[in-house]
Amino acid sequence: MCAPVIELIGLTKKYGAFTAVNKLNLTIRKGEIFGLLGPNGAGKSTTILMMLGLTDPSAGMVRVCGINSTTEPIEVKRKVGYLPDDVGFYDDRTGIENLIYTAALNGFSRTEASARAEQLLMRVGLEVDTKKKTGKYSRGMRQRLGLADVLIKQPEVIILDEPTSGIDPAGVREFMDLIMQLSREEGLTVLFSSHHLHQVQQVCDRVGIFVGGELLAEGDIPSLSQKLFSGEPFVIEAGIVADSFAVAERVSRKEDLGECLKKLEGVLTVQLTNDVFHIGCSHDLCPEIARTIVASGVGLNHLQKKEHGLDDIYNRYFEGGKTHE
Amino acid sequence: MIFIIAILKEVRHMSKTIHPFWVIVNKEVSDHVKSWRFIILILIIAFTCMGSLYTALSSFSSALKQNDPDGSFFFLKLFTISDGTLPPFIVFISFLGPLLGISLGFDAINSEQNKGTLSRIMSQPIHRDYLINAKFVGALIVISVMLFVLGFLVMGFGLIKIGIPPTAEEFLRMIAFIIIAIFYVAFWLNLSIFFSVQFRQAATSALACIAVWLFFSVFYTMIINLIGKAIAPPQTASMEQIMSYQKFMLGLLRLAPSELFSEATSTLLMPSVRSLGPLTMEQVHGAIPSPLPLGQSLLIVWPQLTGLIAATVICFALSYISFMRREIRPR
Repeated sequence: MCAPVIELIGLTKKYGAFTAVNKLNLTIRKGEIFGLLGPNGAGKSTTILMMLGLTDPSAGMVRVCGINSTTEPIEVKRKVGYLPDDVGFYDDRTGIENLIYTAALNGFSRTEASARAEQLLMRVGLEVDTKKKTGKYSRGMRQRLGLADVLIKQPEVIILDEPTSGIDPAGVREFMDLIMQLSREEGLTVLFSSHHLHQVQQVCDRVGIFVGGELLAEGDIPSLSQKLFSGEPFVIEAGIVADSFAVAERVSRKEDLGECLKKLEGVLTVQLTNDVFHIGCSHDLCPEIARTIVASGVGLNHLQKKEHGLDDIYNRYFEGGKTHE
Repeated sequence: MIFIIAILKEVRHMSKTIHPFWVIVNKEVSDHVKSWRFIILILIIAFTCMGSLYTALSSFSSALKQNDPDGSFFFLKLFTISDGTLPPFIVFISFLGPLLGISLGFDAINSEQNKGTLSRIMSQPIHRDYLINAKFVGALIVISVMLFVLGFLVMGFGLIKIGIPPTAEEFLRMIAFIIIAIFYVAFWLNLSIFFSVQFRQAATSALACIAVWLFFSVFYTMIINLIGKAIAPPQTASMEQIMSYQKFMLGLLRLAPSELFSEATSTLLMPSVRSLGPLTMEQVHGAIPSPLPLGQSLLIVWPQLTGLIAATVICFALSYISFMRREIRPR
């Protein structure tokens, strides 16, 4: 078990009567990619600002690399790279000048800074545009330059606040791959906030779901789905074709098949919508289901094991979140 | 031995890295110098100053009168005289200086915020006040260099034209004048930095600054005149009444930083000025109209100078506090 890199203990932030973050407890270990998932206004950015010591918490404590962010923000900021949502650069400077400026602020000497900046620009794929003013950069390029800007101080932790908003899908994939690669190679701990489920699912080791200032659930995706869908961990989707029967016969045939499926051992629920059966079962019943359908004479179009993705988890929590209020 | 070499290497390494504060100052200065707004302003100021120098030189001979108490300080007249077509150098500085200060500061903080660079810079390992201090210091360096250059240029041209070098005292008075001008511009700079912290939009803060500037340079004296007419003592008023009325009016007038500046500079550049307040006939009686030494002139303007510095410091303190308490959010 690695040492915790980010520790949040009972973290609370209030703006007047409004509670943006409510008694948040969270531990992120070294080398992890952690996804902070939540809708807009859930308090993700506020939490991140508190981690960097840019905002003081109303109660509770943040520790990053064992350092208290509220009392020693400078030390924390030395170790943490932060990429804000829609990062901005000095438009009348070139990409490399912007990077060198950041490096100089971190105490690198001029030669060291420019060497590192060049290396990182190559790394993020901007080597052609080093001499271009950042005002002419596209959104995706700015975001990649932002990543280089974060990495130039050689951080132990990087915090990315919705880094992919506003980039096209291909750009997003590239960007996420880059983050994954960097994290693995350099052993970086990554905290990643987003409201895009699929990106988080692709790259994150663990996910925290954050709604209305509270962390509703935390864990890796399989364990989260297990926690949530403990009744029916497996859902199998079976598409059927009943064209071979006469029109009048079709409905009863399907109903018969449904009854047969229900009788199988381990099947908990059966639901039919538009020629697709959704079969919830306690364990993997694919072979049996296939056999039953084929035996019934109804054509089997496709059979698919459905794992609960973040979508379902998210939706479920949203339903939950709404009923809370 | 190895240890010593390692230490030496470390020291050399340390000396090559610049302190983050000076990194920001460097960047600010280079930003200002490269910006169009600064280039345009410096051109305007340089041209007007050359213009006023020209008129001063052309009316120079007629300005030299006999029995003039400032006669021995004719080099300083370069800055104060004019033939009426263009105002003299000090008037230009008191008029354009604020514009310079405002233009260097009105978007100091809010443009960083709007560009999204503020949260990025603040997430670097620097203290938060480095940024606002560096903004101030950077602009102040630019202003100081510019005013000194202008002052020396005017002196140099004057020297070539009239061919008589300034005395040491004249030179010191010049330097004192430039330093006061820097304080004066620094006041407007700090005011505009304060507005740039307060207002989200750069345009709003620029307009607010210009409004304050216009108010003090145009409307304030009008309002003072109105008040003065309303409360003017009757013709039959006693001497004390008239004196206290005069003092009150002067006090009101001195609330404007431009008034403080013009009083301070005219005293420094016209050594014959003996008092900035009203003088009675008894006080003047027996006084020989002769120039004051530099120390005495400085003593006269000391309150004005303190007032200017205090106004500058108050503006800076206000912007410092409101910036430090601000929550830095991404755009």
